[in-house]
Amino acid sequence: MTQLMSLDGLTKAYPGVVANDDVSLSIASGEVHALLGENGAGKSTLVKMIYGLVKPDKGRMRMNGADYAPAEPRAARAAGVGMVFQHFSLFDALSVAENIALGMENAPRMRALSARIRAVSETYGLPLSPDRIVGDLSAGERQRVEIIRCLLQEPKLLIMDEPTSVLTPQEVDILFQTLRKLSAEGTAILYISHKLEEIRALCDAATILRGGKVVATCVPSETTARDMAEMMVGSVLKVPTRAGKVPGETVLKLEGLSAPAPNAFGMPLRDIGFDLRSGEVLGIGGVAGNGQDELLAALSGEMTVKPGMIRFQGTDIGALRPTARRALGLLAAPEERLGHAAVPDMTLTENAMLTGAARERLEHHGFLDWDAAKRFANNIIERFDVRTPGPSATARSLSGGNLQKFVIGREVMQRPEVLVVNQPTWGVDASAAAAIRQALLDLAEKGAAVIVISQDLDELMEISDRFAALNEGRLSATMPALGLDVAEIGQMMGGTHGMEVAHV
Amino acid sequence: MDLSAINPVLFIAGFLVAATPLIFAAIGELVVERTGVLNLGVEGMMIAGAICGFAVAVETGSPLAGFAAAAVGGAVISLLFAFLTQVMLANQVASGLALTLFGLGLSALLGQSYVGIKPPRLGDVDFGRLADIPVIGPVLLSHDLMLYAALALVITVWVVLKFTRLGLILRAVGENHDAAHALGYKVVRIRTAAIMFGGACAGLGGAYISLIRVPQWTEGMTAGVGWIALALVVFASWKPLRLLIGAYLFGGLVQLQLNLQAVGVAIPVEYLAMSPYVITIVVLVILSADKTAAPGSLGRNFHASS
Repeated sequence: MTQLMSLDGLTKAYPGVVANDDVSLSIASGEVHALLGENGAGKSTLVKMIYGLVKPDKGRMRMNGADYAPAEPRAARAAGVGMVFQHFSLFDALSVAENIALGMENAPRMRALSARIRAVSETYGLPLSPDRIVGDLSAGERQRVEIIRCLLQEPKLLIMDEPTSVLTPQEVDILFQTLRKLSAEGTAILYISHKLEEIRALCDAATILRGGKVVATCVPSETTARDMAEMMVGSVLKVPTRAGKVPGETVLKLEGLSAPAPNAFGMPLRDIGFDLRSGEVLGIGGVAGNGQDELLAALSGEMTVKPGMIRFQGTDIGALRPTARRALGLLAAPEERLGHAAVPDMTLTENAMLTGAARERLEHHGFLDWDAAKRFANNIIERFDVRTPGPSATARSLSGGNLQKFVIGREVMQRPEVLVVNQPTWGVDASAAAAIRQALLDLAEKGAAVIVISQDLDELMEISDRFAALNEGRLSATMPALGLDVAEIGQMMGGTHGMEVAHV
Repeated sequence: MDLSAINPVLFIAGFLVAATPLIFAAIGELVVERTGVLNLGVEGMMIAGAICGFAVAVETGSPLAGFAAAAVGGAVISLLFAFLTQVMLANQVASGLALTLFGLGLSALLGQSYVGIKPPRLGDVDFGRLADIPVIGPVLLSHDLMLYAALALVITVWVVLKFTRLGLILRAVGENHDAAHALGYKVVRIRTAAIMFGGACAGLGGAYISLIRVPQWTEGMTAGVGWIALALVVFASWKPLRLLIGAYLFGGLVQLQLNLQAVGVAIPVEYLAMSPYVITIVVLVILSADKTAAPGSLGRNFHASS
């Protein structure tokens, strides 16, 4: 294989933090190269430099032996570098073809472009209609838009930032086949992911970043996932532990829970039912946008439902609002930490007050007890190892992982009877994720019932006693989590959403 | 009361004129909002254009030079808004309101020595023999150049937004500025250009009032047309052709209430004067069913933090 791209001593500093410190790596044509690291290790900064979004302070990049210094993404694309973003860089209100045209230099006329989109999507087994509005597409389909946008430019190097976090296992398989086919055609792929088993299955080489520096390189197929994780974290990883236990009484019972979609892009809930017993962890999987947010809203009380659909310890709570449900002991932590779980510009004390007022007696006859709220916030910070200057820091100033520990900790500390969490470790690094999972398991250990809604199947398998999947607003039957295999889970999640294997 | 005193030919010709300032102001604001910027300063930019156009037309004797000056004046004053919101990242609503107040004050100051003067008149476009066709001639073919320019502008904006790459980029920036930035489009630059275009259009609208529709200079003479333009953009669901219909509806109602006043309908003048504003808004609210049409990034400031 010939050398395609080499990075030599790249350094980029932001005020207060060195994002990349003397990073070097090289990628050959046709190589699938993994870039590994925890959040904040500098992976995103590195690929942004390659894609021309950020200029390095020091160091140089070479491509095919010539100096390569893209001033902007346009130049990078012209040089043959394509990128599929982690947070999709798509425009909801525009059509597939329009979205693709925006990412191309010299886009052809719309009709010709549509034909090419059809041709490429056929070739690589990524069916996609050019005329559909992107806002109506599923997460997997949106990713296809991004991938096809890159493929139309015939890239020599394709950068993929966490491409599998939104896909079902079957969709992941098909994506991998597409990537292998590309690699066989000589396209180099720089692949960023947290998911170590995927990297072992797919990648030829791996570079591991920690604190902005390259700390190790390895051949993933010859290294265990655990070793790679420890190289990323830099310490021995604690795996959550659980003791065997017998579930207690039924505390929460859902029967025929149906609700219309709360907005145009939402998903209606359709006839959802399950029993939840104390001391039990129920994992709910499914691809994003299949009713997760709506189910959380129905459970937390943000969305009230018709009588008889939700019973908590025998009482019908369908009409109760979140505060009333909190008072009973049904607590929830939504997915979006900035703006939904926490108010970004309020301090941690104020945020602690917001959900803790009722159960922690922070409020007396309408007057707020700020001293008590501050003690409560401090307790959360201490117990959950939240890295922050103190409770007077604003929620926005915390890193994602630390804020996540805070918002989950805030609910766990209120001794819930039932706790519902959505994506508890989304975008959180390995050690913080392990701490959060352990806290949830400990909570169940003490007799609370926990519902974990997540798209991370490994996480669900690690902590749940029973598993169910959401698909199109319907919940599958619940199954014991122990012994479920990936194919069964994939079927529960709704299969492949019409994807097929590359057929050329 | 004698409704037969209203001449339908003069009535239609009149409402085309009444609608034109609104068309200019609203189509400019439509482009601005399509790029994701909410500029509430339309009224201020209009009145600034009205006095710039009036002053230059009077001094040079050329109405077209006046219109050119109005466009420049509107664009220059809109730069103030662009600087506040795009560079200093100030709140768009507050900045827009400030721009309106600033424009009203500045125009009153500039216009002190122009009160009571008559501006040079912009002649009608000569369609030759075509203008002699009965009804169509006097209704459609006996107007000044700027009225046709407004119409052409709406159609141009529609074509550009719908069929060209430039339009696609404008819409993309308004829809999701983070994604547009990630793809390498210059969000701030594109928005600043759109804001200036909006300012120029508002300036033309203002000058149309002071040079053709009224034509003279009085303080605050735009009389809320800028605000109607803002409402019109929203209720036209950010679509140029629907905007045109809304503008003609408003123009028609203005003309109608003036005619009704003239024939002495027994309704207090105040009610007649407010009716176009009320009816236009009510009709547009009813018509604008698809409320999801708003540009995704409308009113949100963009900063390339990553």
